[in-house]
Amino acid sequence: MEFGPHLLLAILEGAVQAAVLTLTAVGLSLVFGVMRVVNVAHGEFYMLGAVLAWCVTSTLGGHPAIGFVAALIIAPLMVGLIAAAADIFILKRLEYEPKNTIVATIGMLYVIQQVTLIAYGPEARPVQAPFNQRISLPWFEFGDAGFALTWPWGFGTTTYKLAVIVAAVVVLIGLWNLMARSRLGLIMRATQLDREMAQAFGMPVEKVNAMVFGLGAALAALAGVLIVPIQQAHYLMGAEPLLLSFIVVIIGGLGSLAGTVLAAVVIGLSDGVISVFFSPTLAKILSTLFVALILVFRPQGLFGKRDL
Amino acid sequence: MSARSKTLALHVGVILALLLLHFVLPTYHHGNLARIMVLSVYAMGFNLVFGYTGLLSLGHALFFAAGMYGSGLTIAHLGFGAEAAFLAGVVSAFIISAIVGALALRTAGVALMIVTLMFAQAGWYTILYFGEYTRGDEGFVIQRPDRVFWGIDLSDASNRYLVALLLFAATLIITLKFVESRFGRVLVAIRENEERARMLGYDIFRYKLGAVILSGTISGLAGASYGLLFGYVGATFATVQYSILPLLWVLLGGAGTVLGPLVGTAFMTYLIDKSSEYTAAYMIVAGVVLVLLTLFARQGIMGEVRRRFLPWLP
Amino acid sequence: MNLLSTKGLSRSFGGLRAVSEVDFDLPTGQVRALIGPNGAGKTTFVGMLCGRIAASSGRVIFNGQDVTAIPAHQRIAMGMAYTFQITSIFGRLSLHENVALAMRRRGDLSDAAVDEAVTDALRHVGLADRAGSMGGDLSYGHQRLLEIAMGVAQRPKLLILDEPTQGLTDGEIGEFNQLIRSMTGNTTILLIEHNMDVVMATADYITVLNFGQILAEGAPAEIRASAAVQAAYLGKA
Repeated sequence: MEFGPHLLLAILEGAVQAAVLTLTAVGLSLVFGVMRVVNVAHGEFYMLGAVLAWCVTSTLGGHPAIGFVAALIIAPLMVGLIAAAADIFILKRLEYEPKNTIVATIGMLYVIQQVTLIAYGPEARPVQAPFNQRISLPWFEFGDAGFALTWPWGFGTTTYKLAVIVAAVVVLIGLWNLMARSRLGLIMRATQLDREMAQAFGMPVEKVNAMVFGLGAALAALAGVLIVPIQQAHYLMGAEPLLLSFIVVIIGGLGSLAGTVLAAVVIGLSDGVISVFFSPTLAKILSTLFVALILVFRPQGLFGKRDL
Repeated sequence: MSARSKTLALHVGVILALLLLHFVLPTYHHGNLARIMVLSVYAMGFNLVFGYTGLLSLGHALFFAAGMYGSGLTIAHLGFGAEAAFLAGVVSAFIISAIVGALALRTAGVALMIVTLMFAQAGWYTILYFGEYTRGDEGFVIQRPDRVFWGIDLSDASNRYLVALLLFAATLIITLKFVESRFGRVLVAIRENEERARMLGYDIFRYKLGAVILSGTISGLAGASYGLLFGYVGATFATVQYSILPLLWVLLGGAGTVLGPLVGTAFMTYLIDKSSEYTAAYMIVAGVVLVLLTLFARQGIMGEVRRRFLPWLP
Repeated sequence: MNLLSTKGLSRSFGGLRAVSEVDFDLPTGQVRALIGPNGAGKTTFVGMLCGRIAASSGRVIFNGQDVTAIPAHQRIAMGMAYTFQITSIFGRLSLHENVALAMRRRGDLSDAAVDEAVTDALRHVGLADRAGSMGGDLSYGHQRLLEIAMGVAQRPKLLILDEPTQGLTDGEIGEFNQLIRSMTGNTTILLIEHNMDVVMATADYITVLNFGQILAEGAPAEIRASAAVQAAYLGKA
């Protein structure tokens, strides 16, 4: 394939990654922004989403679409409930003290991951996409015969991948509406701006914590469900999105949702593009160093206004 | 007996007990304890920053790996002898902890945790990236002839135990002296109330940096010894899991106690060892213990002992 | 000779000018009280003196040296000592260690000399018999006294006491007044204080701050007589 189609393909792949990453990172950002909790177990909620999607689809059988739609509802709901319970029984009792909280979420990471290993096993398992038509894409050439459309071999995408992008956008718009219109959103925004002030105005800040933690985890789980027809479900699949989400949330400005979305798109896209042309390991070295240096020299993130 | 002589008696007693165990333990536990002692050195290094200074680093695997690869790579590619390689490992850890400390300590709290985590991740990826030299995940073996230190063959089980004990004893005494020194007491003051310490005229940054460098160098010393004693260098030791483990050991044993790291490392190693007989998911023990410790026993074992029985325990 | 001076010292937060163009001189050996109604800028002003708050403009001169750009811990090392308005001690360390930490920073005392001096300092505030207790186990009033002992233990050239008698009982205030009087001559003291009885009993000279500016300065009797001060402050007290 030539450079042009190759690049466009990389961008398309990047856009799918960006869509999934955005959902995951927004969940992490929401939890940090409202609760000031750094949730190291966030990647495991993503993994749980994917694994539960396999469980649901393989239990239901029938047309793949039936199982998948069921998984889209059941997996985030279950993960959200698990997370809410973890908040009530663990984080709340720690009074969200930063050091203890982070240690507890590290513990949760191992518990969730290892329980999955016991219950689900070490295999990677695929989930069939509800629909998966190939779309070949045309490319133009400017050759001897003038301008011409060609159909390079292997140049294309699938309807499912496009649907993932659409789904992520829809969910984000929904979340935006929730934040902007609902009472829960109002409380969350107020808490994010100034926790003490929100409390002083009699907002039930503590009560929304479980809901926010559940919502953040559900977003990660949803991302996991969406990715599993493209990437198989495996008990260790949470590490990568966790790291990427951290990078996104920090670069986007901790707790800033708009910054998070922007950073996720940029990083998801560039990660896809970079890893097509360069060593993904080198890209990771550079991005982790970059994030560390941002926190050191510009703790408010590239797009944010407030620091930790 | 004064607190000072009680302290001395206790710690010398622990070292003597470990020496005694050398002669009585069956092979399996003998080998296990040698490993535990080396890992306790790592935990003691971590404890200086986490337990005494109150800074949570999630990236100490970087320092451990710096020591391990600093010695392993110089043996494998530069033909260093064990002595020079060991030194190279310790110096690498010293330099890296100085750089990471100088940068990371510009942040505090949650940001510090993430910065240290990111630096360590970058270090791990770097090891993978240079797989040509490091053999990546697979790692490489340090051959037996390369593991002779001042004429002592470190691959011999008996030598290995005694050298591990020597390292452990030296680190125990150094940390004991250190936490009772004026410098160490300022670190505790910083942990307890940083702003008050600053307004007593202490240069907080300088003290924290000192703590990170000493802690990182001891961690590197543990890493270099681990490679030489057990003959293997691998990228696993640079993963985030090896940053979490010392946290787990120290929390379990008692943060901010001199003996806590040994107790925690021993407990946890045996716990993980036992559970790995039953399940491949043995890290679940680590997860459960971490959660339970934060919920119910933040003092850890030795912290609880200090609170209930031995208030003079350093 | 002035131990401490400020020239045009100002600080704004956002658009609000908390301290505005303050010229202030504190002669060596004096006990100076800094008074003023809530929100007058006392805490901001003192914060700039000891380096906890950066000045927006103006200069701070301490012991003949411009310290405006010098970080807090170095100013302390140069001979300032600061006690916090809200008690700030090491709650989980012994009283002895609290005071010893204050003393050891100077680095010129042996361990034995520190021990002895700590005992002295604790005796001075009447806490010698509790040297082994944890700071956090003390009553509030005793914590304030410990805090003062930590200030004194540094043997500072300038001791800044930020509302030291807040929350003390009448009896404790009496002891505090005695303590200050026992130090006069050796130590220059800047006392930020609400309690006018304490000010009148201890201060040689008073500076009144209002709306971030110096409203009046003078001996206690003059300040008591000043109509402007009464209008701004005393009348409402």
